[in-house]
Amino acid sequence: MDLSLLLPLLVPAMPFAAFVILAIVPPIRRTGRGAGALSIAAIAVSFVAAVIVWHSGFVGERTWGWIPADGGPIATVGVMVDPISNAMLVLVTLVSLLVQIYSLAYLSNERPGALGRYYTYQSLFVFSMLGLVLAPGFLQMFVFWELVGLCSYLLIGFWYDRPAAARAAVKAFWITKLGDLGFIIGIVLLWSATGTFEFSELFERAEANTLAVPGLAVIMFLIYLGAVGKSAQFPLHVWLPDAMEGPTPVSALIHAATMVTAGVFLVTRAEPLFALVPEVMAVIAWVGAFTALLAATMACVEGDIKRVLAYSTVSQLGYMMAAAGAGATPAGFLHLLTHGLFKALLFLAAGAVIHAVGTNDMFRMGGLFRAMPHTAIVFLIGTLALAGVPPLAGFYSKEAVLGGVWQAHLTGPFLMLALTALLTAFYMFRAVFLTFFGRAHAGGHPHEAPWLMRGPLWLLAVLTVVAGIRLAMSGAEAHEATPGWLPPFSVGLALFGFVLALAMYQRGVIDPARVARALAPLDYLARRRYGLDALYAGLYRGLILGFSRVIGWIDRYFVDGILNALTALTLRAGDSLRHIQTGRAQDYVYGVAFGVLLLFVWAQLWRR
Amino acid sequence: MIGLSSYLVLAALVFSIGLFGVLTRRNAVGILLGIELMLNAVNINLVAFARFHGDLTGLIFTLFTIAITVVEVAVGLAIVIAIFRVWRTVDADRLDLLRG
Repeated sequence: MDLSLLLPLLVPAMPFAAFVILAIVPPIRRTGRGAGALSIAAIAVSFVAAVIVWHSGFVGERTWGWIPADGGPIATVGVMVDPISNAMLVLVTLVSLLVQIYSLAYLSNERPGALGRYYTYQSLFVFSMLGLVLAPGFLQMFVFWELVGLCSYLLIGFWYDRPAAARAAVKAFWITKLGDLGFIIGIVLLWSATGTFEFSELFERAEANTLAVPGLAVIMFLIYLGAVGKSAQFPLHVWLPDAMEGPTPVSALIHAATMVTAGVFLVTRAEPLFALVPEVMAVIAWVGAFTALLAATMACVEGDIKRVLAYSTVSQLGYMMAAAGAGATPAGFLHLLTHGLFKALLFLAAGAVIHAVGTNDMFRMGGLFRAMPHTAIVFLIGTLALAGVPPLAGFYSKEAVLGGVWQAHLTGPFLMLALTALLTAFYMFRAVFLTFFGRAHAGGHPHEAPWLMRGPLWLLAVLTVVAGIRLAMSGAEAHEATPGWLPPFSVGLALFGFVLALAMYQRGVIDPARVARALAPLDYLARRRYGLDALYAGLYRGLILGFSRVIGWIDRYFVDGILNALTALTLRAGDSLRHIQTGRAQDYVYGVAFGVLLLFVWAQLWRR
Repeated sequence: MIGLSSYLVLAALVFSIGLFGVLTRRNAVGILLGIELMLNAVNINLVAFARFHGDLTGLIFTLFTIAITVVEVAVGLAIVIAIFRVWRTVDADRLDLLRG
């Protein structure tokens, strides 16, 4: 076997080994911190391997046959290494490594057993995510796609004794399953039409224009549905804010940086196939832009710091999807990578704040800059990056997305995304002002987080800046494609959002309550999440429970009714027949004798 | 010379009388008597066939039957006495413990 493929294999193998050890050797798992150390060591090796693979720019594929059948195996498993998966490998292993280190301090109050369980799930998640990234075909991708969904469920419900967490876990599981249903149907339809799951073969045929499959648009739309569920696109985005019930490091890793971007990764990976169906691409772009705007408005009225970040994640995922739908997959993917860095940073910083204050409610924080300057500074860096301020990473990727959408002549989505950019700056600075500035509301004595948490924060902050500077130096050719007025325009939007937030939440020039009154209908809708959660709950109660009730009635009164009638009839018949049994021996003898007589008669008359 | 059929008719008659007794007598002892008659009808058959076929097997069988009949009557009467001790009656109509 080719040695150069050993490293890409090593990357997912390490967390898998850690998972297996933690899963089957309970004494190690129950040590808690020991389990964490093992998991961190494994992921550190993975990270180093991933960086080497990325640095070497290695491209290749190695597959093994899977599901043997007549005429060769139906599918393959293996690794497919190219620039996209290389970049994802580094992002996933880096964020996982930092999050796992951070978790050691963040979850230090957990029981050792629970901590061990946490790291077991974490290792399984990292393995699954890496397997998804390296998948050379749709089938392997789907298997790992489901595995990351499972890990998400397990980690959201990590504090399973809290009813809200348990409910959120189930909600996330079911709603993403709704999308996955489309995904698997799409995969199977594609397979039955083309006879293969392999990306390389499908792409070759797409390239050579020999992929004339009837109903390809429907198939690709179904596959896109999987991305809608996983990447929290409208209308299946409702699970992501609720997923914040999990521990904050989990939110940073799974629900900001890695798993939720799997949908974007899928569209990026299968871009040659999506390019064949422009109508589906248009749907992706419109839905993405709409999701971005919708989530941004909800983030503006949210008071829970983690939920603000969650809506922001939904919004930014919309950005990525819009770029992918506009045909600017590199831009969307770039935004995925930079967003993974600074959103993980923001979540971890928010986790440090929550750790110190003991509440998620921003209105009960305030004035924390003095108490925890490190956290405040890194949070500010993340905010600037997310708001799209040069020269931070977010500026370039966001501008690339906007430019790509503009280039594709999608004016509607472009306007929505531009408005979103403004709102992004607004709600992020709103969060900054409410949390770190203004009057202090926090009870107790908020303190700076331990170095185990500050280290990953600073590392991510530095990386956000460095990535931005590197993009600034290397991104000259990417800028040529975008119109010249775009950079000042997007910076202006960010600045306007900042000024608005400053005026409302810091200087007090504009009263937020008056703004809310002026935009009363919008405020009302956004606070109620546009009624989508209520709609789903209503649908669930009305449609599914109503249907179940009808089925239950039919079962109870119709199906059971037939059975009850039959049993009643049998009982009645038995009741009347039992009088034959007189209990007198003579009657029985009489019966026997009479029977024998009948036999004789029958033998004499008919058996001739 | 009396033919085989005469014996068989006699046996059938005795069997029928016995069966009639078993079915109609109310007294348990009477029922036992009826059973005796039926068994003896069988014995008559056996002896008659043995005589007319010149085969001793039937006679030997008859001896066995007689011996077993004695045992059966002994057991039967013992049961009747046991029943009488418990129920103070040997009326077959009232012994309907197994009624449905």
